[in-house]
Amino acid sequence: MLSAGFIRIAAILVALATASGARAEEALVAVAANFAGAAEAISTQFTQATGHTLKITTGATGKLYAQIVQGAPFAVLMSADAKTPARIEAEGLGVSGSRFTYAIGRLTLWSSDADRIGLDPNPALTAPGTLNIAIANPDLAPYGVAARQALTGLGLWDTVQPKIVMGQNIGQTFSMVDTGAAQMGFIATSAIDAPGTQPRGSRWDVPQAMIDPIRQDAVLLLPGKDNPAALAFMEFLGSDKAKDIARSFGYGTE
Amino acid sequence: MTLPDLGPVWLTLQLAAVTTLVLMLIGTPIAWWLAFTANRFKPVVEALTALPLVLPPTVLGFYLLVIMSPRSPIGGAFLDVTGTTLTFSFVGLVIASVVYSLPFTVQPLQAAFEALGRGPLEAAATLRAGPFDRFRTVAAPMAARGFLTAGVLTFAHTVGEFGVVLMVGGNIPGKTKVISIAIYEHVETINYADAHSLSAMMLVFSFVVLVMVYTVNRRYPVGGS
Repeated sequence: MLSAGFIRIAAILVALATASGARAEEALVAVAANFAGAAEAISTQFTQATGHTLKITTGATGKLYAQIVQGAPFAVLMSADAKTPARIEAEGLGVSGSRFTYAIGRLTLWSSDADRIGLDPNPALTAPGTLNIAIANPDLAPYGVAARQALTGLGLWDTVQPKIVMGQNIGQTFSMVDTGAAQMGFIATSAIDAPGTQPRGSRWDVPQAMIDPIRQDAVLLLPGKDNPAALAFMEFLGSDKAKDIARSFGYGTE
Repeated sequence: MTLPDLGPVWLTLQLAAVTTLVLMLIGTPIAWWLAFTANRFKPVVEALTALPLVLPPTVLGFYLLVIMSPRSPIGGAFLDVTGTTLTFSFVGLVIASVVYSLPFTVQPLQAAFEALGRGPLEAAATLRAGPFDRFRTVAAPMAARGFLTAGVLTFAHTVGEFGVVLMVGGNIPGKTKVISIAIYEHVETINYADAHSLSAMMLVFSFVVLVMVYTVNRRYPVGGS
């Protein structure tokens, strides 16, 4: 038999939940692989702030797009570029007007060897000991486009052509440099600046003025348009709290 | 319909041919040893040769990247001798493919050698045939089916390779950009037309190869000659 006390407490809880309208919901969020770590951190804060929970799927933006076209039940897409969310909106797969830039990717020329890269990147890039320079494939990844712009800006794109090797995404590019297979490469700053990672190797941060901003946009997808958790998350993602986390992972924000 | 860039197709065929040749040379003694040895470490060697079947290609590719990196003793020595890196080169791809396709050579050959049994070889020995002579004139012709199966499977498996070459190759046109990477790139850039035509070529190729293997297997039953 239920005690009177238990019933009273239960009644109060039900009243509280109804009054605040905060029934905890869940949303499925598709996140570009380069932002996975930051997204986990933002998700934790989001759950603390709202009670809603997120389930995060990470992958290359192109693959996530293909899954969305095929009817994947994602509520939100956090893309690695601005092009894909725009396309999704244009194709009627997303809620129009929901797009915004949640982070701006930064690019760093990095070597896992200390002292290989100095203040001026040109001697390092052209040194005979630099046999391979890894970049993300510019046809596939926004970070690859930015790497090409950086090398063009340095006046070295043609010179270093024979040294260029390409990763299919920025994560694979990082592993080429991290293992020393390529002596240096243009990687996402977030790969080496995430909270808790030890600084190592040598680096040159590409000035933002040298490259077009790597805008990473989010868009609310059709399966999420009536999901309170998804709507709340889109709002949270634009908040200063979320932007602080993105910055702590080495991203820029607007 | 216009044809997609056929460079990757040509490169893939070269890679598969070289890999098959190399594997026939090093896979045959391994399979021979495995078929006839009584060594207690046989299961360990068998497990090692089968590992590439089980490991996810990206894991294998990552380890190969580490081993072939100029920073490792092997990759470093290669760089010192040749002046080029093992990673991101055709030679590197061949080595990676040899590791990746090893079980597809060793296992059919081992099965074929085991099916021979010791009898015919011992008979040849009593007729004073030397070891190499016994292999060339007795074992090899009797195991012809095994050689064909091993060769065809190794070739086909190398053609279909993706995860390993993706990690080790670096996607350099004419050097390491093979057909599977070209298809992947077409899909990712939403260039489905070229992806379809290259995929169709691979599908037809794989089907023909498998039909060939099964036809040959039916025509020459085990141990037959």
